[in-house]
Amino acid sequence: MAGKVLMRGTHVLGEAAIRAGCRAYFGYPITPQNELPEYMAAAFAKMEGAVFLQAESELASINMVMGASIAGARVMTSSSSPGISLKQEGISYLAAMELPAVIVNMMRGGPGLGNIAPSQGDYFQATKGGGHGDYRVIVLAPAYGQEIADMTRAAFDMADKYRTPVMILGDGMMGQMMEPVVFPEPLDPASFPKKDFVLDGCQGRPSRIVRSLWLDTNLEEELNWRLVRKYEIITEEIPDEEIYLADDAEVIVVAYGTAARIAKGGVHRAREAGQKIGLFRPKTLWPFPYEPLKRLSRKIRHMVVFEMSTGQMVEDVRLAVEGRCDVSFYGRPGGVVATPEEIARVLSGVYRRLDHGRGAAAESGHTFRSVGSA
Amino acid sequence: MKGRIVIDMERCKGCGLCIIVCPKKQIEISDQLNKKGYYPASFKEESEQDLEKVKCTGCALCAITCPDVSIEVYRQDKDDEKDESEED
Amino acid sequence: MPFPYRTGFTQFLRGASKVKKVFTRPMSLKDTPFHYCPGCGHSIIHRLVAEVIDELGIREKTIGVPPAGCAVLAYNYFDVDMAEAPHGRAAAVATGIKRVLPDKLVFTYQGDGDIAAIGTAETIHAANRGERITAVFVNNAVYGMTGGQMAPTTITGQVTTTSPGGRVPLRDGYPLDLSEMLGIAAGSVYIERTSVTTPKGIMKTRKALKKAFMVQMEDKGFALVEILSPCPTNWKMSPAQAVRWVDEVMTKTFPLKVIKDVA
Ligand SMILES: Cc1ncc(C[n+]2csc(CCOP(=O)(O)OP(=O)(O)O)c2C)c(N)n1
Ligand code: SF4
Ligand code: SF4
Ligand code: SF4
Ligand SMILES: [Mg+2]
Repeated sequence: MAGKVLMRGTHVLGEAAIRAGCRAYFGYPITPQNELPEYMAAAFAKMEGAVFLQAESELASINMVMGASIAGARVMTSSSSPGISLKQEGISYLAAMELPAVIVNMMRGGPGLGNIAPSQGDYFQATKGGGHGDYRVIVLAPAYGQEIADMTRAAFDMADKYRTPVMILGDGMMGQMMEPVVFPEPLDPASFPKKDFVLDGCQGRPSRIVRSLWLDTNLEEELNWRLVRKYEIITEEIPDEEIYLADDAEVIVVAYGTAARIAKGGVHRAREAGQKIGLFRPKTLWPFPYEPLKRLSRKIRHMVVFEMSTGQMVEDVRLAVEGRCDVSFYGRPGGVVATPEEIARVLSGVYRRLDHGRGAAAESGHTFRSVGSA
Repeated sequence: MKGRIVIDMERCKGCGLCIIVCPKKQIEISDQLNKKGYYPASFKEESEQDLEKVKCTGCALCAITCPDVSIEVYRQDKDDEKDESEED
Repeated sequence: MPFPYRTGFTQFLRGASKVKKVFTRPMSLKDTPFHYCPGCGHSIIHRLVAEVIDELGIREKTIGVPPAGCAVLAYNYFDVDMAEAPHGRAAAVATGIKRVLPDKLVFTYQGDGDIAAIGTAETIHAANRGERITAVFVNNAVYGMTGGQMAPTTITGQVTTTSPGGRVPLRDGYPLDLSEMLGIAAGSVYIERTSVTTPKGIMKTRKALKKAFMVQMEDKGFALVEILSPCPTNWKMSPAQAVRWVDEVMTKTFPLKVIKDVA
């Protein structure tokens, strides 16, 4: 598989995981991500010692992930929104036990059973700690096939480096999209350094414990602060973003993942019409790239946050901007996929109103509820 | 066959289960509290020095039953008894 | 040799030549005193599991998975690698470990609430997959850790803090025969129900545990030992009353027997 290959997103993710040395996968079917477990099943069937197991539920599969991680494997699970809700129990434990694991969420319309169309309604759940307790999960948001490959490799490396669960947040559209990709060289799991927390029988060493119960409140507090110190390091080291056509921009659209691709199309159209509009695309959702967005907010007049939800990331954008420019929101929840033309219309509308000076503040903080209201 | 038990009275929680199972009725509850606040079991033949008089057989039923692994059991043979299982 | 005998040379009595230690702590138990209540079955079962690990010589290749329940701190006692599972998920965690390390021995240690209520699905499916793990199922007919609430195995009429007038099947459901259910699963190989109320029952439990580990060592499939275990505290009984209650009452609902043996 040298050079460029054309593959759909879910398969790219699977292949990149295997090349990252992932040798254990546990999951439960849910649309729209089934091609990923199917890819893993087929690939692992041919690989000595690799473990693929279709579990009886997402609850079971995340706990199997926990077991495999405890046993030292690079391990992955994947699901879509309702299934990720069930995995939250295990994710909280993984964070508490400081166990590496990679979790893929190909988001679909919600809440409830919702639908199987691409959506971004799980931003809060992913970035604000969807399970119980004081913890964070690294959240990577690819937008392109190549990025899926690169971020999957990075996800496994980060999970091991920081001993923490890492989530790859995509959606069904991204999973289906066929794109050319160049894969990194495969890693040999046998070459990985031995992890010092692994339980593999206490031969020649004292017995070990992996736990998350700390009845002594001082010890639990200590764990909490230790996690915070780790999260501070992560926040320093990994935030990443794409800033596009922002140098002369007066309006910036902020979007991630599939929404960012659509928004980029909108930016191109607006540029063709001579409007100075750019794009800010967080590639890490947690930690969120607050600093670069903050810097950008000093130079521009208005930010439009576009999400395939009713407005979740917009809260982080407001935190970054702290009132330095206007922020409005445009959302298409429920699995509706906006078109680049639609985004261009929204952006152009905001841009035109800028000409009336800052008096257009009436639009600040406005949530456009439908195409018409833009 | 004669036996002798050693009860770790600080580990013992005074549950009394060993007393129920001892076929020779050689265990009783002590009237001294231990550090955990339990009245622990004690071995009646603790200070018995005469092998002939010892009733404990070293059957270990008490130890097998003790939830808190507080009892160690020794079995001792008289000089003239032959023990087939050799010691280390 | 039924026990991992260690021998001593202490002269205890005049006229005694050979003094042999015939009962002592198993090596696979740390020296830490148990936190369990007086007369609690968990303590006995811990010791038995440790004795079996000693006897089979598998301490350095065994990984234990304790539950949420009174036995959550089991890792403080077993001197083997231990991974604490979320409530009910021990079978899934054990599956993950065993699949990655098929040459190691993995056991779960679970209460009735853990294995037969919140973890029913994980348990049945692990059994049905013939997962090569050994499950130690401690049935004390209540939720011990949380203060004696009704459990899936609470027997009909039994008073608990959440069935104050006694369990009424048409309101609270019937006591669940999880072990029998697991026996139906094609992947289960050996399932036995024992108790730890008498020396005989304790020795039988030990034998059953040994077999359940050997089934795994021989790579045959899922093995489980359900152990009826006194909880004097939540049953509001003395330890002596509690063992009698198991023998006289609880065994009527949960008869002691080999439920399945195709090993
Ligand atoms: C998800 C979740 N729900 C509830 C609890 C609280 N909880 C801890 S142990 C337990 C039940 C313990 O009963 P059992 O499994 O029978 O074990 P025992 O204490 O009786 O040995 C419960 C409900 C929990 N820890 N996690
Ligand atoms: S070893 Fe047997 S006889 Fe001796 S005290 Fe224990 S139970 Fe009684
Ligand atoms: S059985 Fe053990 S804990 Fe209970 S009274 Fe006897 S020695 Fe003490
Ligand atoms: S509450 Fe019951 S099960 Fe828990 S330690 Fe006490 S006696 Fe044992
Ligand atoms: Mg219980």
